[in-house]
Amino acid sequence: MKIKSQQDWWAGLMFVALGLFFIVFALGTPEFINNIVGTKLIGGYQMGSSVRMGPAYFPVVLGGLLTLLGALVLFDSIVEEGSEIAKFHLRPVLFLGLSSLAFAYLLKPLGLMLASVALVFISAYGGHEFKWKEVAIMAVLLVIVSVLVFVKALSLPFPICPAFIEVCPIR
Amino acid sequence: MEGILGNLLIGFIEVFKLQAVTFSGITMTLPFNIIMCLIGCLLGTLIGVLPGIGPVATIAMLLPVTFNLSPIAALIMLAGIYYGAQYGGSTTAILINIPGESSSVVTCLEGYQMARQGRAGPALATAAIASFFAGCVSTLVIALFAPPLAEVALKFGPAEYTSLMVLGLVAATVLASGSLIKAIAMVVLGLLLGLVGTDGNSGVLRFAFGISELADGIGFVTVAMGMFGICEIIANLEQKENREVFTKSVGKLMPSKEDFKRMVAPILRGTVLGSALGILPGGGALLASFASYTLEKKVSKYSHEFGKGAIEGVAGPESANNAGAQTSFIPLLTLGIPSNAVMALMIGAMMIQGIAPGPQVMTERPQLFWGMIASMWLGNLMLVILNLPLIGMWIKLLTVPYRYLYPSILLFMAIGVFSISNQPFDCLLMACFGLFGYVCVKLGCEPAPLILGFILGPLMEENLRRAMLLSRGDPWVFISPSKPISMGFIIASVLLLVIVALPGLRKKRKEVFVEET
Repeated sequence: MKIKSQQDWWAGLMFVALGLFFIVFALGTPEFINNIVGTKLIGGYQMGSSVRMGPAYFPVVLGGLLTLLGALVLFDSIVEEGSEIAKFHLRPVLFLGLSSLAFAYLLKPLGLMLASVALVFISAYGGHEFKWKEVAIMAVLLVIVSVLVFVKALSLPFPICPAFIEVCPIR
Repeated sequence: MEGILGNLLIGFIEVFKLQAVTFSGITMTLPFNIIMCLIGCLLGTLIGVLPGIGPVATIAMLLPVTFNLSPIAALIMLAGIYYGAQYGGSTTAILINIPGESSSVVTCLEGYQMARQGRAGPALATAAIASFFAGCVSTLVIALFAPPLAEVALKFGPAEYTSLMVLGLVAATVLASGSLIKAIAMVVLGLLLGLVGTDGNSGVLRFAFGISELADGIGFVTVAMGMFGICEIIANLEQKENREVFTKSVGKLMPSKEDFKRMVAPILRGTVLGSALGILPGGGALLASFASYTLEKKVSKYSHEFGKGAIEGVAGPESANNAGAQTSFIPLLTLGIPSNAVMALMIGAMMIQGIAPGPQVMTERPQLFWGMIASMWLGNLMLVILNLPLIGMWIKLLTVPYRYLYPSILLFMAIGVFSISNQPFDCLLMACFGLFGYVCVKLGCEPAPLILGFILGPLMEENLRRAMLLSRGDPWVFISPSKPISMGFIIASVLLLVIVALPGLRKKRKEVFVEET
């Protein structure tokens, strides 16, 4: 067996895995695995009947469909020529993800200003060029804009200053 | 006809209504709705001009901001972004051969050639005139066709709705580019993701894995921003930045008498084609513009000029894409079924405002319905008046390098997502969906069908449950002769799938999309 389309191969695998994932979590782990482990590994939900569908019914049907479609894509990948997977650029993915996480988890302890600065610096580092001065100016401008627009105009309940500063000079 | 005029009048009164608005402590009386329409149109044009950020990401970004607005103001602004983007996209397509929006890819072909011959002004004017004419006509089309369609839809039971959703989803995938099976798989995955959270029927918490933030389900805005916003930024950062901007003088705007003569027929054809394709699920602006260009190339007397700056190739597709953008609101407003990713976001916006999308919107909230339609016509008028004088400013904005743009976009997205529930978790989820979206794109799976499935997941389960309960568990209810409408929908979906899956057509479809992209 030779894989003729790398793209379809991995896409098919992804769909099959996700389909099975939803089925298993909706139905719970099968009996024989429970017997091996000793306890019920995954609880699962009620299946119900076709008249009164339980919470597991629709997910199981869809999960089955997804698995089937995934299998079809897999089959396609060994039958039909297809494209290679284009290069995966890790740097922007990493820094964009990191920067939004930094913002999210710094916002409450450090306030909107510092969290925004963190986001701008980290995300800018994920690009092609990184110039300290430029990014610093951009960060200051964006902090001013976001405080004015989101806290002042749209009155979102964000802290502006870090929590450890008792009296925030900006209000 | 009189009824429609009366209804449109209701709409116009609603749009111009004066409202007391409190803005950071100061209360003012303003015609707030029309101001929101203007903001929406300007924003739409802006993102239409800027390559690298599309209407889907922008609307997702602004959804949290609209929480505090009245439903009509919110929807008017969001709609303005969508059709405004159609106007903006053509500007850059003509002037610098970069389509600001995917639906203006075709405009590049002839528009840029015209610009190279020093006829950028007439090309821009043609695009604006064509778009405006198409906008007016398609607004009327909505006003004419929406009420009878909604009346039919009001009679739909759960079985009909379930079948209709199946048809809508199938049609949306058939008309999407790329592999059909993968698109359907993405829809199914979207439906599944839509089920995460508390099951409305039994109260059971599904697929939450003990994460309390998932009790209300995955946020719609979060998914859209991750899969479109973050994913778009990453895709843009992949390429080295080289955006050459050469601002040539636009020259005189007015097209010559001969130009006018040549653009009439293509505009009419494009409008009809665009309006028709926009109504179809999965249709909308992109498909309409491609179809119109192909048609013009075939029927035009000047087909030898195509590729060398034929004005027909600007007028036709430009009218078609705007008409398509407008009429794709019809399935949304009458049936509650989104025909593309932007419409899925509009449904999300309606749900956030507590409006259940569907045929009852028109009867229960006539102000909202007709106000939105009136705003579309006004928005088109504003765009044509504002756009031409502002072209210089838009071109200036193009010179802003992407390395300044994307951190700003990311910051606004993060603030928006965080503000939904004031929890860091949503940002984490957004980042995860960004990564997932990027993987999907690399694997040749489009994110748009997933969003459609995601928004329809809970609705579909609810209707399926009810239909099965009414039929005492008989799955044949969807294709039984006692339910001819439902049967029709299912037959149509199957036919669509079979036609597209036929080997001959499959090849042809591949070729068409390869040619297009």
